[in-house]
Amino acid sequence: MTTIVVLVEQSQGNVRRASLEALGAAKSSGARVVAVVALVDGSESAAPTLAKHGADRVVVLKGDGRSSPDRSAHDIAAVVREEGAKACLAAASSNGKQLMPRIAAELDSTVFSDCTGLDLSGATPKAVRPWLAGKLIATLESNAPVFCATLRPNTFAPRAAPAAGELVTKPSSAVLKALVASIDAKGGGKLDVKEAPVVISGGRGMKGPEHFALLDELAAAFGNAAVGASRAVVDAGWRPHSEQVGQTGKTVSPQLYVAVGISGAIQHLAGMRTSKVIVAINKDADAPIFKVADYGIVGDAFEVVPALTAAVKAVRSQR
Amino acid sequence: MNIVACVKRVPVTEAQPKIAADGKSVDATGIEYMLSFYDDLAIEEAIRTKEKLGGEVTVLTIGHAEASKELRDALAKGADKAAILKDANWAARDPRSTAKVLAKKLQELGAQIVFFGRVATDRDNSAVGAYVATLLGWPCVTDVVKLELAADKGKACRETEDGVETVEFALPAVITCDKGLNEPRYSGLKGIMAAKKKPIDELAFEDVPNQQAVAKLEPPPARKEGRVVGQGAAAVPALIEALRDEAKVL
Repeated sequence: MTTIVVLVEQSQGNVRRASLEALGAAKSSGARVVAVVALVDGSESAAPTLAKHGADRVVVLKGDGRSSPDRSAHDIAAVVREEGAKACLAAASSNGKQLMPRIAAELDSTVFSDCTGLDLSGATPKAVRPWLAGKLIATLESNAPVFCATLRPNTFAPRAAPAAGELVTKPSSAVLKALVASIDAKGGGKLDVKEAPVVISGGRGMKGPEHFALLDELAAAFGNAAVGASRAVVDAGWRPHSEQVGQTGKTVSPQLYVAVGISGAIQHLAGMRTSKVIVAINKDADAPIFKVADYGIVGDAFEVVPALTAAVKAVRSQR
Repeated sequence: MNIVACVKRVPVTEAQPKIAADGKSVDATGIEYMLSFYDDLAIEEAIRTKEKLGGEVTVLTIGHAEASKELRDALAKGADKAAILKDANWAARDPRSTAKVLAKKLQELGAQIVFFGRVATDRDNSAVGAYVATLLGWPCVTDVVKLELAADKGKACRETEDGVETVEFALPAVITCDKGLNEPRYSGLKGIMAAKKKPIDELAFEDVPNQQAVAKLEPPPARKEGRVVGQGAAAVPALIEALRDEAKVL
């Protein structure tokens, strides 16, 4: 039986959903799945959750409280070798993306980034991923010794697949090149646009940074939403780059994407067209965003958004 | 300090690529190119590092034979010299192969600090910078939005889903540059004239075979036809109904 190693990340004591999605993708291939909890000090508390989601084995790497991407990558690569794994998967999160190339380099294997599909059943692993910012979709074949890939969040489903979850604790190595000195946490556990199930994005149609409060309120009404922005408003300094959706920002695949006052330039569409459901609110009935939207409202954001916020609140309070 | 910016020529972000007859490559007809967006930040940071700490800036690229146009622009902005690895296989080269070729050249160039863009906006791998650093046994900080460099060490901030990480490292090192790190300068007439005298060296390199092959390229799945549910705030109930009962996302 083949083995797949999955890098697991935690956030505020919980396993990230994107990591459970990677476990699900590994489990779906029928392989034996080894979950590695490696960042800073791995926590054993993740083990029961990982076992429920398909981890046959949980390797927790214990350090000295210090965090180094080089150390994490080195130690994960060591687990891949020890387990004789044929694949190593992680979420295409900021940690997954910074670690996987280092892991792959240690294993003399290439990297498949931000995959939206996998086929690990045959002798030649295959990955499906966006090409030229999602304007095309590529199917890639691997002849690497270890198939190293990051998976786009919100694309693969976590699986309820109870497994042994045998807990193994290992000491971290002494490899410390780049060292994380501090982490300045975002306020209130704010969701990142890449991970949020609902993304509310604003563009030039919001007319000024002060009006993004309307989108914050709509996001709060959904409860599980993050606020995004078009390149135009980030370049204008209305919103931080960390919120930019598009080819020179972040690529998102939420369950629901609401584009408010965004015309839908091709660079923006490249960053959100794999969203499950797209809603467009725009004054201009001819805006290209309506071509990719499932549902559109032609109208003024300043009238539509508050009404939508009230209506979403009403629906959610009925639960 | 020996400073290198590694850059890539990519199709312009407005490009609408077509699939070639073989079904697995891009039809290059009519495609225009630019320097990958984040590589401008890498060049700017390299020049600022020279202005602060002294030294020499080399701009290095592997790829398209015509990428010397982008290199010339970097020289006009203030880089001292440029090197191009003309790659007949540039459209197919995978991250490992690219990183191996570049790591060897960076060693030959005696680089002490290397800047990459956070991601090349054609393949979107975000892989080569960290891969190169690991091959060289150097520290690397990715997605950097703030950087303080001294002659032998540095401190960099990177944005993650959880907040901003501050990372300390010793040189030599690799930094991948994210938007917000700096505002790239434009080249002026004086720089453009000066760039004409600066060298662009064509370097030979030993090929490294790919471990990744494109089996197929396809257009993205067409989204199913959408509809406008109405005009203005009066359309909100219809939208709510559609999201709740039809799309089941509410």
